[in-house]
Amino acid sequence: MNSTAVAPRGTGVLVVGACQAGIQLACSLREYGYTAPITVVGAERHAPYQRPPLSKTLLHAETSPDAIALRSEAFYADQGIRLVLGERIIRVDRGDGGAGVAYAHSGRSFAFDRLALTVGARPRRLPVPGADLAGVHYLRDADDALALRAALAEAVDVLVIGGGFIGLEVAASARVLGCEVTVTLADNRLLERAVGVPTSEFFLDAHIRRGVRVHLGAPPVRLLDDGHGRVRGAELPDGSVLTADLVVVGIGAVPRTELAEQLGLTVDNGIVVNEYGLTSDGTTVAAGDCVACPPPVDLPDGPVRIRFESVNTAVEQAKTAAALLADRPVPYWAVPWFWSDQYDLKLQVAGLSTGHDRYVVRGEPDTEKFAVLYYRGGHLVAGDFVNRPADFLAVRSALAAGRTIPPEAATDTTVPLKKLIADDPRQAVA
Amino acid sequence: MPKVTYVSDAGEVRVVDGLAGDSVMQTAVRNGVPGITGECGGVLSCATCHVFVDEADLDRLEPVSGLEDEMLDGTVVDRCPNSRLSCQIKLSEELGELRVTTPEAQE
Repeated sequence: MNSTAVAPRGTGVLVVGACQAGIQLACSLREYGYTAPITVVGAERHAPYQRPPLSKTLLHAETSPDAIALRSEAFYADQGIRLVLGERIIRVDRGDGGAGVAYAHSGRSFAFDRLALTVGARPRRLPVPGADLAGVHYLRDADDALALRAALAEAVDVLVIGGGFIGLEVAASARVLGCEVTVTLADNRLLERAVGVPTSEFFLDAHIRRGVRVHLGAPPVRLLDDGHGRVRGAELPDGSVLTADLVVVGIGAVPRTELAEQLGLTVDNGIVVNEYGLTSDGTTVAAGDCVACPPPVDLPDGPVRIRFESVNTAVEQAKTAAALLADRPVPYWAVPWFWSDQYDLKLQVAGLSTGHDRYVVRGEPDTEKFAVLYYRGGHLVAGDFVNRPADFLAVRSALAAGRTIPPEAATDTTVPLKKLIADDPRQAVA
Repeated sequence: MPKVTYVSDAGEVRVVDGLAGDSVMQTAVRNGVPGITGECGGVLSCATCHVFVDEADLDRLEPVSGLEDEMLDGTVVDRCPNSRLSCQIKLSEELGELRVTTPEAQE
């Protein structure tokens, strides 16, 4: 891998995207001993912040964007990390050996020895008539969250389109604020891409118990105008109409790949990187929601590449890319995990349940405290945990160590999972 | 102004001025104090902000919640009687100065 590292020639690393991944990449570069300049350019005006609270406490509690800042101003100065906010990079010209110049929309230019793309993703737009009416919101950045918070304060009937994390967290926040809430989605179960069937069924019941109406397999065919350019509801495929004075669309995110495409980098549902975070040109690195990377765990017969949208993967990919730029390459190989907070429900997920052939449920879902452990070919591969944080940590550490938890024993909630972690006989044979 | 003294596992000391309302974890992460990760941002999801609170300060803190207690059972370095997750310790003028020691590892 040494052939890809270039000795700094003065302008250092340019990180495009002042987000969780971008800031982590900059911080890790310093931690790994990189001494040349580091510039991070971000399109937003806010100091770099954490995204997860945008759909949670920022909506329903008195949280300000300042309270979710990733680092202090003094920290950036102290670390010699130059932060440029409010500039969107729209073009990059390349020279030799990875060096080049990036140009912002304003005309400002940023020369670099090496380029890092942490450009993130944008919300997928609702492809139906009426989607651009007033009162239709998306949620991706802090300004979106502040606009949505203001709108929720006035709203009576909230319609959420989409049953993923953004949709369900917004639905929960809106209920906490006292709104009437309906969720409608194209999929036939909630959180389809993120959790297994038992966990999806639990979240359906849990939202219904809290007064949310849920329509599965019902993608709106159009949004309805109140006659003044404002949304008044949505029409479903069966012709029925859901009334709403506020619509929130959360139907996934699309990676921002324009700069990568302009640079001729390979793109396939995200900027393609190898296990070191390196793109196809052999010099540019990329990390976060914008990348498609090899699975960081064993995934026989699984996809060749995965695009994640989580804090943990953004952080790990950024560390990986920084290590490569600092000439200390280490491949990204770690158990992915993420969480979601809805009402008083804490969901934590460890590992990838893709291709599982067996699961066991630990605890009774109706008590709102249970876990689902997934197995593939006899190996423990993943777990979903609702209000069972100790179990989550036990499974995460078992997976990280390549160990297992016998499925038969796991259903006994009187025994801590931590005490059941055992060597995986199949791993030992392999 | 609230102040936190962070002592690393190796005995290095960092004193940081904090803001009332911020947690001991946020204060460390925002100011680049090593030894505290806080990956989840302070919502009791990751257990990577484990600290040992100075015995003299321990009784001045809000008690450990059920979720925090469960998470403390799963920290990478085993918990001690003075273990806390530092995202749950909020700074205030009344609390004043605090002293915590960070464990050898968080992940």
